[in-house]
Amino acid sequence: MNPRNHAVKVGLRRGWTLTRLGLRNPEDLLFYLVWGGGMAVYLIVNRNDEVGDTGLSFATVALPGVIAAMMVFGGIVGPAFSLVLEREDGTLLRAKSAPHGLIGYVTAQVVYQASSAIPTLVVLVVPTALAVDDVMHRGAYGWAMVALIVVLGLAATLPIGMVLGSLARKPSQVSTWGMVPVIGLTLFSGIFGPVTNHAGWVQGVVQAFPTYWMGHLMRWAFLPDAAKAIELGGEWRVLPALVVVAAWAVVGLVLAPVVLRRMARRESGSAVEARMAERMQRVG
Amino acid sequence: MADDSVITVRDLRMRYGTKDVLDGVEFEVRRGEVVTLLGPNGAGKTTTVEILEGFRERSGGEVRVLGADPLTAPESWRAGIGIVLQSWRDHGLWKVHELLRHLGEYYEPYGTAERPRPRPVDALLETVGLADAADQRVSKLSGGQRRRLDVAIGIVGRPELLFLDEPTAGFDPEARRDFHDIVHSLVDLEDTTIVLTTHDLDEAEKLADRILILAGGHIVAAGSADALARQVEGKAQVTWTRGGERYVHAADDATAFVRSLFAQYGDEVADLEVRRTTLEDTYMALVRKQEYGAASEAVPAAVPARDGGER
Repeated sequence: MNPRNHAVKVGLRRGWTLTRLGLRNPEDLLFYLVWGGGMAVYLIVNRNDEVGDTGLSFATVALPGVIAAMMVFGGIVGPAFSLVLEREDGTLLRAKSAPHGLIGYVTAQVVYQASSAIPTLVVLVVPTALAVDDVMHRGAYGWAMVALIVVLGLAATLPIGMVLGSLARKPSQVSTWGMVPVIGLTLFSGIFGPVTNHAGWVQGVVQAFPTYWMGHLMRWAFLPDAAKAIELGGEWRVLPALVVVAAWAVVGLVLAPVVLRRMARRESGSAVEARMAERMQRVG
Repeated sequence: MADDSVITVRDLRMRYGTKDVLDGVEFEVRRGEVVTLLGPNGAGKTTTVEILEGFRERSGGEVRVLGADPLTAPESWRAGIGIVLQSWRDHGLWKVHELLRHLGEYYEPYGTAERPRPRPVDALLETVGLADAADQRVSKLSGGQRRRLDVAIGIVGRPELLFLDEPTAGFDPEARRDFHDIVHSLVDLEDTTIVLTTHDLDEAEKLADRILILAGGHIVAAGSADALARQVEGKAQVTWTRGGERYVHAADDATAFVRSLFAQYGDEVADLEVRRTTLEDTYMALVRKQEYGAASEAVPAAVPARDGGER
């Protein structure tokens, strides 16, 4: 068997192990619960507010956008933090020491980051769907579209997260260059209220990023056709949405291998030691 | 001789900014040899090993490891190389056997009839003395157990060449002896070539067929512990008592000195002790000589010969 394909297979199994370990790790579980559960509570509490004259509740309109925003956040910040931390603790160097180990490492990251979105989504969607009537207006077709959008969203965000994680030299840089911008974008991308609430230039800026479009696509998949009245221009813009998200995916998929390889080439035992020493000073 | 050469290093140079850490290092390691790199801190031991591992770009010189330049070697080259990394906190949630099985899987495509890869996990755990900890999480291991795991990970792919950077730092005496046994069996049973760095002169003497002393950017001496001792103007220390008083003398030729001692004083000489130069004495002498040499750059003759082991 081709050694590269073999390494991908090893990586898939590694990803599954990471997921399994994550589901048994109290810290991870708490994160899913607080993050997904907190959002669910927020939506359920506000379920009776009506949005404009659509006849739809705030919870119904906001849920698709919240799913999109969580995906984008997890897809970018998740791998970015993983990469920085696992460079510091030597995980990456272990992978680099094995033949085609980096292929396995990246494959596992993709599996793990993608699958770790699931528990959060379950904790968010199941209670919300039970407490709020009619969250999905398009039935099975809608759910199928949601699945496709999720895949596209991961393709757009995971590579960006890996690029960020490769460029960042310490975890705080992931917060500065990853978490803060992503949260900022989320606030202005029409997730919690129509994007038309913001100034025109803000509307223009957010349309260059995947968060807005992922939210738009999700609302398109979940909501009845009439809900397009609250979108920009009063219509569904599926094609532009796909183009923008796909463009981010292409840029990320081209950049990520290059940046990852460059970063990995610098890894060595003494590099890890030096970072450990620096970290000790930071903490102590 | 070139055929069974596992590592060849010619005129290796490494420069950080304006500082030459390695300045023309040359040596060769043959199949089945255990070679120890000794040297003061900052002498470039780790840098040298990381260049050989393909983890670091060199500034100049020629390096061949297992027939390839580590910088351009294909990934399959990695299958022949084992690395015992310094102990970190990676994979804390994994169980010991789980982690070994996983990392071993990478080596599956590279197994041959004479070198089956990877090593079976259960036997490997037995070898490194971790059989009882197989089901434990890595984060729950003691420091010593953790180091044993590092060794196990280094050899899970049944490497032809194994790198060990200060392998027994943090080992208790028993773990150290176990580890030495593992090294001997790797060499005897599997013809593994081993390169290790250490501060521990006793360990170097016990394990190494050959010792390379790295100081001031060069290999200042190379050879077996015995050969090195002979290389340093082999002074032995002679102590004795006479008339209740204790005497110490450093003799170039201890035998001749003792003979003359008895000829002169006969029965008055008591408590005679002749101590041969230890590896530690040798090491200190060589490193000091290098340091003085580097300090007095105006005197070129003070620079020690490179790769003195070949004489």
